[in-house]
Amino acid sequence: MDRTTPAPEALHDVELTVNGQVRRARVPARRLLSDLLRHDLELTGTHVGCEHGVCGACTVLLDGMPVRSCLTLAVSVSGRAVTTVEGLAAEDGTLHPVQRAFQEHHGLQCGFCTPGFIMTACAFLAEEPAPDAATIRDAMSGNLCRCTGYAGILAAVAGAAEELAGTGVDPRERHRPEGAA
Amino acid sequence: MKPPPFAYHAPRSVEEALTLLAALDGAKVLAGGQSLVPLLNMRLAEPAALIDIGRIPGLDVLEVADGHVRIGAGVTHERLRRDDAVAAVQPLLRRALDLVAHPVIRNRGTTVGSVVHADPAAEMPAVVALLGGTLEVASVRGRRSIEAADLVRGPLESDVAPDELALELRVPVAAPGTGSAFVELSRRHGDYALAGVATEVAVDGGRIVGARATFIGVGTGTAVLDLSPAVAGRDAADLDVVDVAAAVAGFVEPQDDVHADAAYRRHLAGVLAGRAVRAAAADALARAGAGVR
Repeated sequence: MDRTTPAPEALHDVELTVNGQVRRARVPARRLLSDLLRHDLELTGTHVGCEHGVCGACTVLLDGMPVRSCLTLAVSVSGRAVTTVEGLAAEDGTLHPVQRAFQEHHGLQCGFCTPGFIMTACAFLAEEPAPDAATIRDAMSGNLCRCTGYAGILAAVAGAAEELAGTGVDPRERHRPEGAA
Repeated sequence: MKPPPFAYHAPRSVEEALTLLAALDGAKVLAGGQSLVPLLNMRLAEPAALIDIGRIPGLDVLEVADGHVRIGAGVTHERLRRDDAVAAVQPLLRRALDLVAHPVIRNRGTTVGSVVHADPAAEMPAVVALLGGTLEVASVRGRRSIEAADLVRGPLESDVAPDELALELRVPVAAPGTGSAFVELSRRHGDYALAGVATEVAVDGGRIVGARATFIGVGTGTAVLDLSPAVAGRDAADLDVVDVAAAVAGFVEPQDDVHADAAYRRHLAGVLAGRAVRAAAADALARAGAGVR
């Protein structure tokens, strides 16, 4: 193939339900889900760190299950539901319990890795509402943080688990403050 | 880092996928993408076309039938790991999958994809080589079964031809009187292991009657080491593994890299194999005691 004059790339229609809203984009097949979210849909809460699946910063929920958005082609998940960190806080801006726990337990410093940690934690707590320390450590081991030394992050996940215990709240869903409709 | 351009196809049937594979030069099959997409992002792979098998119905079979675990090409590591019926009849699958990458990667990566990718540091090709079984593949030329022993030809090279699609892995259930273990050491949990060992041990009347092992990360590919001469006849409940390390040291061919030198890896493989054989012997006794057949 003559690489000096590349042919225009074919475009594909992608439709995703992102944080409960149907979103559409027309993108090349090589568009990563992380880049679709950030560039095409302007949802820049999902961060891109290593871009080869190691750091976990780009973790989002795909049909409620945590995945690396940098290792997912957007076109391959067309038709499915994605939850990003923008889908957690209440409409009025009140932080989601997991977000609040990260704030209260000093689970972040620069904040770059935080969206990935929070999405991983939300999916984990949906499945393990009362985890012990070792289980938390194992569940969060696929996310890297270069600031905190992790102690605050692990404390935040444990704190969020306590806060959510017995509430019946699915932590993968948008926060509904008490008293709100 | 972004993937290079490629043509994208999402066939809706196996037949359509096989026609595309036969017609397109330089096409790669995309399943979970947890190995392929990093290679694309780093531009270590530049396939002309990707054939995404995620929209083909019927590739998600996961069941125990006719003495085998049937694992369809669409089955993720995590789905296989969580399947209690599978874990009851072939526990080594879950034991190894516990060590495959991180949970989030396992949510997308497929077991069949990992075996076909044939990474010499990956757990599942070593498990399949140890347990035996077959990989069912198809092309427009027809279908065939690849025996586990013939599946991996070398690092990142499987016996699956460029125009073939892997449909299903069939792994035999554990035989009565056997036990298994997977033991590895990695610098960080979920990382590629410096060395790892899969073992299956057979016990009769409290004594070891057979032991086999495959290794990851120490240059042996998926070759099977018969450890029976090192442990046969010994007491399974209090197993002396002093001869295992020497047998392993003469078998493995590790290389130096930035993570560990060859001498350390050789030593480590022997130590891990001793632990794995003891754990597998204990597992065989426990399964026999629990009346597992």
